[in-house]
Amino acid sequence: MKDEVTTRESRVDALGGMGCKRKRVEDARFTQGKGNYVDDIKLKGMLFGDFVRSPYAHARIKSIDTSAALALDGVIAVLTAEDLRPLGLHWMPTLAGDKQMVLADGKVLFQGQEVAYVVAKDRYIAADAVELVEVDYEELPVIVDPFEALKSDVVLREDLVAEDGSLPDGAHGPRKHHNHIFTWEVGEKEATTQVLDSAEVVAEETVYYHRTHPCPLETCGCVASMDKVNGKLTLWGTFQAPHAIRTVVSLISGIEEHNIRVISPDIGGGFGNKVGAYPGYVCSVVASIVTGVPVKWIEDRMENLMTTAFARDYWMTGKISATKEGKITGLQCHVTADHGGFDACADPTKFPAGFMNICTGSYDIPTAYLAVDGVYTNKAPGGVSYRCSFRVTEAVYFIERMIEVLAIELNMDAAELRRINFIRKDQFPYKAALGWEYDSGDYHTAWDKAMKAVDYDGLRAEQAQRVEDFKAGKTRKLMGIGLTHFTEIVGAGPVKNCDILGLGMFDSCEIRIHPTGSAIARLGTISQGQGHATTFAQILATEIGLPADSITIEEGDTDTAPYGLGTYGSRSTPVAGAATALAGRKIRAKAQMIAAYLLEVHDDDVEFDVDRFVVKGAPEKFKTMKEIAFAAYNQAIPGIEPGLEAVSYYDPPNMTYPFGAYVCVMDIDVDTGEVDIRRFYALDDCGTRINPMIIEGQVHGGLTEALAVALGQEIAYDEMGNVKTGTLMDFFLPTAWEVPNYETDHTVTPSPHHPIGAKGVGESPHVGGVPCFSNAVNDAFRAFGLRHTHMPHDHWRIWKTANELGLHG
Amino acid sequence: MSKKMHITLKVNGEEQEFLAEPRELLIHTLRERLGITGPHIGCETSHCGACTVTLNGKSVKSCTVFVAQADGADITTIEGLGSPDNLHVLQTAFKEHHGLQCGFCTPGMITRASKLLEENPNPTEEEVRFGMAGNICRCTGYQNIVKSILAAAAEMNAVKEAAE
Ligand code: FES
Ligand code: FES
Repeated sequence: MKDEVTTRESRVDALGGMGCKRKRVEDARFTQGKGNYVDDIKLKGMLFGDFVRSPYAHARIKSIDTSAALALDGVIAVLTAEDLRPLGLHWMPTLAGDKQMVLADGKVLFQGQEVAYVVAKDRYIAADAVELVEVDYEELPVIVDPFEALKSDVVLREDLVAEDGSLPDGAHGPRKHHNHIFTWEVGEKEATTQVLDSAEVVAEETVYYHRTHPCPLETCGCVASMDKVNGKLTLWGTFQAPHAIRTVVSLISGIEEHNIRVISPDIGGGFGNKVGAYPGYVCSVVASIVTGVPVKWIEDRMENLMTTAFARDYWMTGKISATKEGKITGLQCHVTADHGGFDACADPTKFPAGFMNICTGSYDIPTAYLAVDGVYTNKAPGGVSYRCSFRVTEAVYFIERMIEVLAIELNMDAAELRRINFIRKDQFPYKAALGWEYDSGDYHTAWDKAMKAVDYDGLRAEQAQRVEDFKAGKTRKLMGIGLTHFTEIVGAGPVKNCDILGLGMFDSCEIRIHPTGSAIARLGTISQGQGHATTFAQILATEIGLPADSITIEEGDTDTAPYGLGTYGSRSTPVAGAATALAGRKIRAKAQMIAAYLLEVHDDDVEFDVDRFVVKGAPEKFKTMKEIAFAAYNQAIPGIEPGLEAVSYYDPPNMTYPFGAYVCVMDIDVDTGEVDIRRFYALDDCGTRINPMIIEGQVHGGLTEALAVALGQEIAYDEMGNVKTGTLMDFFLPTAWEVPNYETDHTVTPSPHHPIGAKGVGESPHVGGVPCFSNAVNDAFRAFGLRHTHMPHDHWRIWKTANELGLHG
Repeated sequence: MSKKMHITLKVNGEEQEFLAEPRELLIHTLRERLGITGPHIGCETSHCGACTVTLNGKSVKSCTVFVAQADGADITTIEGLGSPDNLHVLQTAFKEHHGLQCGFCTPGMITRASKLLEENPNPTEEEVRFGMAGNICRCTGYQNIVKSILAAAAEMNAVKEAAE
């Protein structure tokens, strides 16, 4: 009997399935410099595209003279809006229901806007030609402040004002002002006002989540290749959603979708930057169609930071009410959202502010109201989900700051305040005041585990002593304890309420088992470092009983992969992961019939056991999945088609709601503003854990991006609309030197509606990390009267805070 | 366009000879002219280290070296560090300790780390973090990169000791 047990365990181990720390199959090529990123693609006769960009944030274009550029040896073409107009491609639709200029049509709305597209034989000639294009601009008044934009007479988007001066509705309803995009309301306005007005305690604060940028190490780019002989367009690019790009290209170019092949090769990080469609893609496609040869466009870092896909830029004003004992009774939030010159936010269609309505967080708040106003300014368009699911990081930052402010108002410990307001385990599924139904959670267990792990009471005692020492002149360093309990909402999403450009946000998996018992599975998602080739094979190994090492995972080629909406918003595991498991189960169902036939018993008399079907009650009689696969191809089985393949399209019934409890301990030098992160403890609950090694890696990475955002990373503008942080000199990306070691921990609360109980994890550490770092900075100064100070908490701003609090004597 | 220069380079042990504009950046020479696409471009301003190669025994960011300056140089890129049948210890260690995710920084990281371990075969964690500060990774948070490099150092030292 004992033997039997070990054998079964060893069979499980041999699969390398779910739950094991499988090493990544991607790494061999990456560690040897054999990755295939878009800029590695080299095609015969390939030309290079490069942009002439506006130095002004708001200007009318009086003329463009391309003659000198065209005269340069090696320059093939210079495209302007006039060249695209006959094709109807001088503007393109955005993901948010607005439209955006592909090339400046009479005016520019932000610094760095695309004005002309040069096509040349190599990148040096293209860069020379860009310098030779003469553009005559007439400067217009610049608005970089969204509040000013809503008062200003200056019209940023004349195209959205009717001839008679009236304002036609936008994609999300009526507009209040010519620089206003939409108002989005959720919850009960009146009821919330009543609760706030009659509350025992109310805390109020304005929290600015500054503009930043995902800045993956690889910038965006593409290679467009129009084959005029067979009429096929192939487009390689840094696309987080290749199928959606194919559909968009088809819709705007008129090329039939079957004649377009979109390929996402290896992607050097995405973090939301590579979800959208950018003018560079459109111009490259046009240039390839016009020239008949392949055209490559790769943006440089400055272009990347200045123009493609900013994130955040939310001014969030909140009120939170509670009883004297600290039980929260109501929450109100108003957001002024700066969307830049065009509304190109990457959100599901029905959610112009993404899932900002998850802003009640992990707390049982009976009454709430949220209103978001989108505003045009002279800044770059974008508004992508930088390592988060559609504005969730803004929501979590908001509530986690409001909790801290309320704790101050109540003169209460912030950990205890959270504890008494958590949604209890027995309340799940929990219907939140702003509409979402949280699938599962066990917040108290996670929280208590975290508090114990860091010895929270000990930390507070140490902090109190530090304050005493500081006051006594014994130290110049303060200690901050940052707390966060976040609830994410990921896995968009149910087709009934989630679509992008009308495309339902399901995802897919197609499996083919080969006769000798290995397999290929193709998915509608695309890895950008998450290790899909490793983890999806693990899911399948467990589901179909073939070793993960015998399963190839392929993504990113629209000619071969089933349709899917791509990878962002931590949706791959919740959606495509579910499709994978379900496709695997279809394989298993057919395998069961084959096994029964081979074992000469009824279908119901065999059962699946790790890597085989066994006859119930007679485990010595079995057929392995390998044997079954072979039989599927070489035996004529009555009533069963040959072959062993399956495809599954998964429309999730609900989102998933990962959560976590984070604690950050830092010392702050009051005189230099420098921060020393002494400890960071991160407990994540992402439901079923597919590969703990990869989860841990995701947590380290997400926390580091959180550290960056909280402590210094921003896209800053001056009042003329000049980008002040356009290079990596000014835009903060932490190095190994600035980053601490993180402690990771977990609890497991499986999602009840997901086939394998997994919830997704890639973005949790970013969503939870940002408020945790920020809370630590704010907390360090709580004893000296600070309520709230805005991010990013760079040395200068921290020094200023200390100075304003009179801590410099 | 300026006059072309006659350039000779030794890259990963192979002699290369060609005419190039002096302004051509070494990273483009490697990637576009010679088809050596291991080193990547992340910024072109010396900040990210994705383009790191070893040039005459020193770690160098090849995006800010003109090919004219590199004339006559001996260059090693990630492609020259190991081969599929004979991986460099660092290449194995990065896989073993999950020191990479998207892989875009990895060639520069490993190339730089190989030099760091030559200069300092027994680094502390602090020394690794400081010595690698010229290479940015957006995915891993560095923890596992540091772990990989320390593990590789230990392994290399163990091999050396066994040989002595
Ligand atoms: S590309 Fe050379 S340092 Fe970034
Ligand atoms: S692994 Fe992606 S940048 Fe380092």
